[in-house]
Amino acid sequence: MSEVAVVGFAQAPNVRRTPGTTNGVEMLVPVFHRLFAETGLSKQDIGFWCSGSSDYLAGRAFSFIAAVDAIGAFPPIMESHVEMDAAWALYEAWVKIRTGEAETALVYGFGKSSAGELRRIMAMQMDPYLVTPLWPDSVGVAGLQARLGIEQGLWTEADMAEVAAASRRAALSNPDAQLSGETTAEELLKQPYLADPLRAHDCAPITDGAAAIILASGDKARELSERPAWITGFEHRVDTPMLGARDLTTSPSTIAAAKAAGVDGVQVAELHAPFTHQDILLRQALGLGEEVRVNPSGGVLAGHPMFAAGLIRIGAAAAEIRAGRADKALAHATSGPLLQQNLVCVLEGR
Amino acid sequence: MGAQLAAVIGTGQTNHTAKRQDVSMAGLCREAIDRAMADAGTDWSDIDAVVLGKAPDLFEGVMMPELFLADALGATGKPLLRVHTAGSVGGSTGNVAASLVQSGVHRRVLAVAFEKQSESNAMWALSIMPPFHMPVGAGAGGYFAPHVRSYIRRSGAPNHIGAIVAAKDRRNGALNPYAHLKQPDITVESVQASPMLWDPIRYDETCPSSDGAAAVVIADEQTAKGRPAAWIHATAMRTEPTTFAGRDQVSPQAGKDAAAALWKQAGIKDPVSEVDVAEIYVPFSWFEPMWLENLGFTEEGQGWKFTEAGETAIGGRLPVNPSGGVLSSNPIGASGLLRYAEAAMQVLGRAGEHQVDGARVAVGHAYGGGSQYFSLWVVGSERPGAR
Amino acid sequence: MVTISSEPLSAPLNVGFDYTRSLGPVLGRFATGLRGHTIAGVRGSDGRVLVPPAEYDPVTAEKLTEFVDVGTEGVVQTWSWNAQPLDGQPLSHAFAWALVKLDGADTGLLHAVDAGSPDKMSTGMRVRVRWAAEPVGSIRDIECFEPLDAEPVERQPVVGDDVTMLTTPIHLRYDHTASPEESRYLRGLAEGKLLGQRCPACDKVYIPPRGSCPTDGVPTEDEVELPDHGVVTTFCVVNVPFLGQRIKPPYVAAYILLDGADIPFLHLVLGCDAAEVRMGMRVRAQWRPRDQWGTTLENIDHFEPSGEPDAPYESYAQHL
Ligand SMILES: [Zn+2]
Repeated sequence: MSEVAVVGFAQAPNVRRTPGTTNGVEMLVPVFHRLFAETGLSKQDIGFWCSGSSDYLAGRAFSFIAAVDAIGAFPPIMESHVEMDAAWALYEAWVKIRTGEAETALVYGFGKSSAGELRRIMAMQMDPYLVTPLWPDSVGVAGLQARLGIEQGLWTEADMAEVAAASRRAALSNPDAQLSGETTAEELLKQPYLADPLRAHDCAPITDGAAAIILASGDKARELSERPAWITGFEHRVDTPMLGARDLTTSPSTIAAAKAAGVDGVQVAELHAPFTHQDILLRQALGLGEEVRVNPSGGVLAGHPMFAAGLIRIGAAAAEIRAGRADKALAHATSGPLLQQNLVCVLEGR
Repeated sequence: MGAQLAAVIGTGQTNHTAKRQDVSMAGLCREAIDRAMADAGTDWSDIDAVVLGKAPDLFEGVMMPELFLADALGATGKPLLRVHTAGSVGGSTGNVAASLVQSGVHRRVLAVAFEKQSESNAMWALSIMPPFHMPVGAGAGGYFAPHVRSYIRRSGAPNHIGAIVAAKDRRNGALNPYAHLKQPDITVESVQASPMLWDPIRYDETCPSSDGAAAVVIADEQTAKGRPAAWIHATAMRTEPTTFAGRDQVSPQAGKDAAAALWKQAGIKDPVSEVDVAEIYVPFSWFEPMWLENLGFTEEGQGWKFTEAGETAIGGRLPVNPSGGVLSSNPIGASGLLRYAEAAMQVLGRAGEHQVDGARVAVGHAYGGGSQYFSLWVVGSERPGAR
Repeated sequence: MVTISSEPLSAPLNVGFDYTRSLGPVLGRFATGLRGHTIAGVRGSDGRVLVPPAEYDPVTAEKLTEFVDVGTEGVVQTWSWNAQPLDGQPLSHAFAWALVKLDGADTGLLHAVDAGSPDKMSTGMRVRVRWAAEPVGSIRDIECFEPLDAEPVERQPVVGDDVTMLTTPIHLRYDHTASPEESRYLRGLAEGKLLGQRCPACDKVYIPPRGSCPTDGVPTEDEVELPDHGVVTTFCVVNVPFLGQRIKPPYVAAYILLDGADIPFLHLVLGCDAAEVRMGMRVRAQWRPRDQWGTTLENIDHFEPSGEPDAPYESYAQHL
């Protein structure tokens, strides 16, 4: 079985609104150019391409097709697409490399969340017969989960504000972050509720963005990078869609994925938690202790480009390994209402 | 290193029709899944992962429907992937599921694809014109008809070739209990008498709009050995941009490249003599000769002669779409996986009345977007290398 | 060089459809019950009564068939306050989202609670269904839940044939943005000009110009003003009417290759009988009156035959 590593990562600046199109081309072209410059590869060197995006985010069918223009995909390429966060596209590419059919893969995700009414669009992910007809917005639904944990003593509003403050402080060193700054939980708690018990700082911002990662196998990875971030565990699981029928204060799918991926001993973790309480929930589910650095990039509270954000967690965790700041890192991605579907990728340096 | 063996051990599909108003989306998927699981003799505990394929979410008006379908797909607590590569998605779903086994990541994977077109209107969804554009588009037929005209001009094919394909596929559909359209009495003349929709494409040369689903169970060598199995000999996927200067829209390079890679991987040197049956994605009748050429079954410009000579009928040199194909049933997102499943059914000898005698090697094919996404697989009754 | 801004243009894109959903036996029974003011749950493999009912078990994936009617009152398991409701939500004034565990159920149902203000909400409070004025067999037959001390509203159940279908209107608003290159081209159109761009890598002239040349992955750059005449490469005659169609059929949709361009675009051909349109026919643009021009290719009403001799097949064969 071939070993696979992350050898390159680039992202577009996380911004509230890009002037670009919903097919992401304007964000992706410079990202690809940076990646190729970093790795010395060109498009002809890429064995497999895979992307993640959403038609409903863009507002039309087949929105991902135009994104292929950013590649310059002629002669034709070996390519696939998932209607999921690109973290799952990376999973498909990792599988592809392990079949031996490709030695390298370029994976990208993009989303222009500002094009539509994001809170309302996300209601389209719920049960179309029983739930979507009520148009439950994503923030209101997250508030249900936040209160459950507060009332069960799993976290407090102050804990949640501390997560937000820590995210913004960490993001000061992330040039691509949308939100960053010196602030305190105390300051943040003075703000009014957005959807009691959630305040604005508890919710990831609306972000336009794109990102890409290059994977390579074995010797190819060693040739391309002095310190590749080797993928040593890669698992994902999904929970029941019935919100009322699952324990919303934890994440069974995250726990199962982490157990299978082997997360013992991770020194740093990048968690895809679009709400502050979910950051705490995930740390608890993953059993991450105080010694684990969480979200050195600032996480998605500092910028949340839909359908690229999970991939960016993997890129950010890989960056920690490649820079030698950690030997073992965990990246997490989520999809669906209230952390329904979760992915865990474990990366190691050698 | 290198891919491990994988094989289809069970297939299932729904009774396709224009409006399956007796079931929900979950019920539609389960009809195919339950049949595939029964065909494979597997239990939910045997399934390691689920891959769902579907064309645009706008068709059903659900964003990422695999999420709300997780319980119905038996995916809860398991890995679940959602593939979307336009009209080729059913094929890509099969390829991704196969790769999960070939990579050694999983032992048994359930691949499911569906489309419930009656939830909305595909012509509407495919013709939403963003601002600033000339609203000339007219659905898939409007998109492909000019390229059919180009093929006719380029190949010099006579006008009745499309009607030959349509009549053959619809008569084949009458042999398939699951087909949406069953027209045993259709003739070349009746097709030619049907209304012209997108000139040069006539009504009877056009796929129907169907509700339907398909499912296959793909297993590793250890599971598949010693039992009926359709061994996966090769898979291929290629993509090119929708439009570019000098693009060949009649015989796209991506299709040629995908086919070349497929034949090489399968060890096939002369496709037309080594392949026993082909399930090719033909939503408009003229695409049969176009894809015969693109896939290398015939020389360029010769596909229509092969069709005209009856070589693609059951009993011909290369039966194409004995199931009736997309012209008889078109649940869009599922159509590619139906091609793949039908190819497997042929080499498993489970195709019933539309079985091609002695079929040992079969091809499943799907394409999508503006003829720019191609997915293919070759399955065989013997293990790869055993031929 | 023309002095035209390339700041991106944007315009609203509304995507709306009333989806027609068939319910199947389980959801159909739930919907029929709601219309008649009863709430059906289903017993799961673990013995729990699931409300709303699930078609397939979340643990075993088996089909569920044991229906259990539950109460129309229940207890709030958790809630959040929705101060500014969005389009389509159950109430147009501020309300609480809540998971409500109905009496006899083991799971929470997501819905709205009309409590007036957040200080009237608490976990554990009891609420009851307020039925909708005109039940149709939908989750919206529950207008919302309300605290037990609210003044009850008298609403009548409806009895009739089983509910099998549900209509779900989905209307979403987007802001569609053109790329900088396309915006420049669109502004050119507003001045009656056809502005293409040449790719710096392959030298091909694209109209509309591209944010990324599809074969090279770099933006097209050098501007090329193209004439408003060219050749029909291929075409079809659209005879079929469909939902959302903006041109009355029959019409000829043709790929027009402007002289000097390396890629054709789709447009209308009029001005002759549809049967006379042919591959290789020379055509020229018929512009709308100048006061109707905007930033759209629709400024060209259609193309029509120019009367020149047809272009030889070889001259456009590589554009098919
Ligand atoms: Zn170019």
